[in-house]
Amino acid sequence: MTISKNYSIKKKHFRRRTFKSLNRSKKVNRSKTGTITLTMVLLVFSIFMALPMLLMISNAFKPQDELFVFPPQLFPTNPTFKNFKDMFIVMSTSNVPFIRYIFNSLLITGVGTAGHIILSSMCAYPLAKKKFPGKSFLFSLVVFSLMFNADVTAIPNYLVMSKLEWVDTYLALIVPAFGMSLGLYLMKQFMEQIPDSLLEAARIDGANQNLIFWRIVMPNVKPAWLTLLLLSVQSLWPIGSNNFIYKEELKTLPAALNQITGAGTAVNIARAGIGAAVAVFMMIIPIVIFIFSQSNVIETMSASGMKD
Amino acid sequence: MKKNNSIASFWRRYKADYLYILPFMLIFFVFTVLPVGISMILSFTRFDIVQAPVFVGLDNYFRLFLDDSLFPIALKNTLLLAIITGPAGFMLSLLLAWILNELGDKTRAILTLLFYSPVISGGAYSIWAIIYSGDAYGFLNGILMNLGIAYKPIQWLTDSDYMLGSAIAVMLWMSFGAGFLSFIAGFKNVDPKMYEAAAIDGIKNRYQEMWYITLPSMKPQLMFGAVMSITGAFGTGSVITALYGFPSTNYSLYTMVHLLQDYGNVRYEMGYASAIATILFVIMMAINMIVQKLLAGKDE
Repeated sequence: MTISKNYSIKKKHFRRRTFKSLNRSKKVNRSKTGTITLTMVLLVFSIFMALPMLLMISNAFKPQDELFVFPPQLFPTNPTFKNFKDMFIVMSTSNVPFIRYIFNSLLITGVGTAGHIILSSMCAYPLAKKKFPGKSFLFSLVVFSLMFNADVTAIPNYLVMSKLEWVDTYLALIVPAFGMSLGLYLMKQFMEQIPDSLLEAARIDGANQNLIFWRIVMPNVKPAWLTLLLLSVQSLWPIGSNNFIYKEELKTLPAALNQITGAGTAVNIARAGIGAAVAVFMMIIPIVIFIFSQSNVIETMSASGMKD
Repeated sequence: MKKNNSIASFWRRYKADYLYILPFMLIFFVFTVLPVGISMILSFTRFDIVQAPVFVGLDNYFRLFLDDSLFPIALKNTLLLAIITGPAGFMLSLLLAWILNELGDKTRAILTLLFYSPVISGGAYSIWAIIYSGDAYGFLNGILMNLGIAYKPIQWLTDSDYMLGSAIAVMLWMSFGAGFLSFIAGFKNVDPKMYEAAAIDGIKNRYQEMWYITLPSMKPQLMFGAVMSITGAFGTGSVITALYGFPSTNYSLYTMVHLLQDYGNVRYEMGYASAIATILFVIMMAINMIVQKLLAGKDE
């Protein structure tokens, strides 16, 4: 754009221009050495980030004899799908059909995410837009619990599960997912940004709480629940071996896959290729969800960090 | 609000609100608040799951602080890892989000996915087992030996001299999470008019702009990112277990989470494990409060 090129000369004339041109004009006080330095920093870290990911993806396509060569190769010379085939072959030898593990993971992720989005949104609405006794106490409990590490509550959680007799049921993984505090926090922050006048107008028109919530609040916070979709899928999809599920036919996909690669206990070099294939395979769903909601994530994450 | 409301009229007034929060809050209390409460109570008992808990007062805490030879090691390792990876991960996320912010939309989106990918993919850190593998086929050893920097394979995963460094690299690799995303969004959220006004007021370069304009206006994101960094850094356990085994060689990377798992999941000393959990929580709360105070005071 010509605006940004001429900007340094005519700076003051553009003060009342549109948002967009002002945004571009930001580049004005950028020194060249600074740009080069920062680009170098970005380059170094991009390589640091990308190399392991690249190695993992390319290992998944390497034949066995290429996995262990000296010096190690980043890219396969003869790419193959054998690791993926082997993964399915090994899985098909287990007593429980492979498809069952996939079903378990899809069920837990799907139901858990749907329930979490609905329940946390419903709870967030009164917390954000209504006044009732106990509101600030409940909300501070939620914020407080965000600081709690999940490992810390593992032991008593097991006690609760065994009291409920939910050990070795899907419920043990699905129901707690409904009540994750991060989601509530996110939804509450977004709902606060809905103008009160909008809700008041609907109330005067005779809309009841259900109507207002589903027809006005939820459509207005679409970016928020799309973000929640990503965060929830991202936390539920990788659930592997855990304290609650011991029956083989109820185990999740990551739990089953970890059994063949040996991840979690020791490193199994003999199955390095399959291990990489597994990791690549597990990434597919979260990445698809990331791309699906990406533009919304960027918009909504900023508001989630906002305090009133 | 009137104070003379009877229960009936109170209920009529707030029914809709309480019914909306009830399902979530019920689950939240049962699976989050209750376990925390139980854990804190159990920390004053001796409890092996099989028999009923026996109240022992502060015995678990005395034992932890005075008798447990692994506690100082676990505490030291946790603090060391957290002090290095917490702030470093936070600063790196901020720095790279800042650099990415100057790029075009498409490049930024692709690079955001690249930086976020280790977090999104969950188990991708297992590739570091191959990178760090202790024979000549390990990727890192292969490169170093090929270049003539190393003459024999370095035991990245089992040699105490290298374990801390190699673990920090993995943790930094995984530190571009929710906090990083919130920074990216935070930069986009700053009103461009503020930069304009600042330029007129004599802000000379991008570093001043960052310090005087950008950072103060994205304080909520900074706090959010700090909380994410702290909880992540102090909760380190599973990644180390996956790469270094449990326990790691010479307990070099044995953290509080490992100590907790050792007693809770292996020895079934639940009361003692709960005391460890409570101490870890108190530490995290304290650090959180300090960091929040530091960030809150920054612009005043």
